[in-house]
Amino acid sequence: MWKVGLGIIVFFIFIVIFAPLLTKYDPNRTVTVPYQSPSTEHWLGTDRMGRDIFSQVIYGSRLSLWIGVSTGLLMTVIATVVGMISGYYGGINDRILSTITDIFLVIPGLPLMIVISSYMKVRGPLMVILVIAFTSWGSGARMIRSQMLSLKNREFVMASKVAGESDLYIIFVELLPNMLSLIFSIFFSSVLYAIIGEASLSFLGLSDVSKVTWGTMLYWAQSANALLNGMWYWVLAPGLCIALLGTAFALVSFSIDEITNPRLRAR
Amino acid sequence: MKYIANRLLFFVITLFFALTLNFILPRLMPGDPAERILSQFGPNVDERTVEAMRIALGVEKDKNLFSQYVDYLKNTFTGNFGVSYLYYPVQVKDVLATSIPWTIGLVGISTVLSFLLGTFLGIYGGWNRDKPAGSVLLISSLLLRSIPYFWLGMLFLYVFGYRLGWFPISNAYSTRETLTGFKLVLSVIYHAILPSITLIIASLGGWILTMRNNMISVLAEDYITLAEAKGLDKKHIMVHYAARNAILPSITAFGISLGFVVSGALLTEVVYSYPGVGYQLYRAVISQDFPLIQAIFFFISLSVLIANLLMDFIYAFLDPRVRG
Repeated sequence: MWKVGLGIIVFFIFIVIFAPLLTKYDPNRTVTVPYQSPSTEHWLGTDRMGRDIFSQVIYGSRLSLWIGVSTGLLMTVIATVVGMISGYYGGINDRILSTITDIFLVIPGLPLMIVISSYMKVRGPLMVILVIAFTSWGSGARMIRSQMLSLKNREFVMASKVAGESDLYIIFVELLPNMLSLIFSIFFSSVLYAIIGEASLSFLGLSDVSKVTWGTMLYWAQSANALLNGMWYWVLAPGLCIALLGTAFALVSFSIDEITNPRLRAR
Repeated sequence: MKYIANRLLFFVITLFFALTLNFILPRLMPGDPAERILSQFGPNVDERTVEAMRIALGVEKDKNLFSQYVDYLKNTFTGNFGVSYLYYPVQVKDVLATSIPWTIGLVGISTVLSFLLGTFLGIYGGWNRDKPAGSVLLISSLLLRSIPYFWLGMLFLYVFGYRLGWFPISNAYSTRETLTGFKLVLSVIYHAILPSITLIIASLGGWILTMRNNMISVLAEDYITLAEAKGLDKKHIMVHYAARNAILPSITAFGISLGFVVSGALLTEVVYSYPGVGYQLYRAVISQDFPLIQAIFFFISLSVLIANLLMDFIYAFLDPRVRG
């Protein structure tokens, strides 16, 4: 299963790299009259400014994937740091950090992102990355914390403590390597969450909609009443890419869980 | 009792977090938030609007931050969120009052149905995990979980609304004629079908996966092996031994997943122009109606927190171990 997932991810990475070879149109330039139906010249027709929609799908992969991966990375880092500190030290540190984690888990993500971004003056990709990562690290932190709790009392950790190793050394050199599979699994599911998060914020116009991502494409399709005008392909294409790439990350994340947790494996 | 007290404490802390965030955000921007926000509306803003904005944001020039915060809390708890600019001069609380029932109805019914259906399919999928049916269920839930709610809504709207004309394309009830009584109820149900189906399908994957994984963990327990060794009926083991125990963690996951469903529902309402809080939030964001945005965020957090608290109580009732 993870092979299929990785295969799809590699496929999209190829699109990202070879975008200029796959389409001859600049996604941001008016190349012909607006609202064209699909043709051999323009496979998915053109948008309200006469820009080629197929080119936008191809080039949109760049920013969508970039935002997804960097947000996923940042979410994973926050989750790992908070979860490890909380689980390792216990006591009052754990009480405070777990409560903060639970608050972020319980408060619905999208409304929180909307409130924060609606106050932001600058709505570029960096802001989107920060807002999603800041609001959505909770579930990862909780998983890391509980694995930390089960690991920290193992003999090899005790041995290091007796040997006088520092806490930092134990956390990063002894414990971190044992958590890598969980961390990777969290990373892949975070990317899935981030890709959908970006699409949702963009759909509401809360990102820089002059940049081409699959999310901003859906924003423009919606504001041009694409469905009412029968331009379903304008909505279908970017959404399919989101769903396909998202599924790929979900497959990899799930497979990692299954490999490391034999209980989940088919008998 | 300690468990209940803990959950209540957490409820209060989280509520204050949401409130404080609402209080701090406008103040992180430079200048007088009320005047800066209103300056976008041109020079013709009367003093009453500025005053209403100050109330909504809790900004008053001659007061220190702490008493501003106290006033802000007082206003919030008495339902005084100020005046909406989008629907000027309507009070924000009145906008909320007309949109809340739609969202609660839509999200409530869809969530319960989706939870029941997903849990049922998860039990089946976990039990049959080695069979083709189990794999199909697994792959489709992973796929469903990766589909943006609003995109699925757009596709359904196009196919079943525009193309086939089976369902209405906007609103929560027919506005072309004045309906009363039973006819109104029918119209409301008719308008809610497509948005509900979108929500149910989009959230189904999460419930299936949660329940499937719980099932599989429980199936590895010794008492299941013992039940099998005793030669008990397979169906009996599946329902009475495995599913009953696997459902408990699913209930704790309910509260957290609810936030996810609510987020998706907001965007689904936008797609279907369904007049709930999600649609109002969308309109508020477009017209930068900050009092309305803040009030909606507060309301959504409050209702998700209450739902969570209820689930915690139900959990305590079902699982005597946590009552302690």
